[in-house]
Amino acid sequence: MAFESFSEFLAMGTHGPYVWSVYGITGVFLVGMVLQTLSAKKKQLKRLHSILVKDVSEREK
Amino acid sequence: MNWTWFHKFGSPKWFFQWADKWGKLIFYIGIALFLVGLVLGLGFAPEDYQQGNSVRIIYIHVPAAMLAQSCYLALGVAGIVFMVWQMKMAPIFMKAMAPIGAVMAFLALMSGAIWGKPTWGTWWVWDARLTSVLILFLMYLGIVAIQNSFDDTKLADKAAAIIAIIGLINLPIIKYSVEWWNSLHQPATFVIGEKPSMPSEMWVPLLFSVLGFYCIVTALVCWRMQTELLIRERRASWVKKEVTKHGV
Repeated sequence: MAFESFSEFLAMGTHGPYVWSVYGITGVFLVGMVLQTLSAKKKQLKRLHSILVKDVSEREK
Repeated sequence: MNWTWFHKFGSPKWFFQWADKWGKLIFYIGIALFLVGLVLGLGFAPEDYQQGNSVRIIYIHVPAAMLAQSCYLALGVAGIVFMVWQMKMAPIFMKAMAPIGAVMAFLALMSGAIWGKPTWGTWWVWDARLTSVLILFLMYLGIVAIQNSFDDTKLADKAAAIIAIIGLINLPIIKYSVEWWNSLHQPATFVIGEKPSMPSEMWVPLLFSVLGFYCIVTALVCWRMQTELLIRERRASWVKKEVTKHGV
């Protein structure tokens, strides 16, 4: 380990605010990108699925 | 050389099924690599004798900067492939890639600025490396804007491809900016065929983090391409089959 204690780990010498803000902002963007990507795919699948169901039921009429 | 794999990736249906099969695995491998890199980089790598602990920003900054450039290279090559061979998958790839590349360029700039403050004493200087990466970020934004601002998909694809190809000229400028001009920025961390100038306790976590970023971005691009395929090929019979299979 590079640090003696957890509080030292958080402090990062005097660089805590710099290091943790970079990791925090990156984390937010990575998670946001993943969620946006997955929800867009799901939304499109759902939309096509409802159109498909409508088509089938219309044909059966 | 056997080119069948290339033709397979040119088939929307084949690609969709390939991405369904491998996307998740690539993503989880990426997350695992990235987490190992983070734990090693944040907790175990030594601090820099000059920069102290701010050096730990490198485990975000370098992968983001590498991805920002790699993604753009891929974008430009896809642009050429589209303009020369009219390959259908190329603009789909470009549409999926561009926003991700923009995020990577932003992360590189953001982490660089925050790293610069304690190290150089300033958030930003208008030097060659920083400015050329800012231009890269703006190119990405321009391409995303073009892709989304035409009603005519074909026109949008073509315009985006042309801009992407023109922007390729920026890549060697970014790469060699630290050699051609006096720069605050340090030269490359990894050079192919050379031993890294930093100790292994520093570059091993960095390697994990870089590979993790590559895998995560690959998985995201696969999924985004699937979405784009579902939009563009919605009338194809294979899409209807896939939609039924996925159920929702």
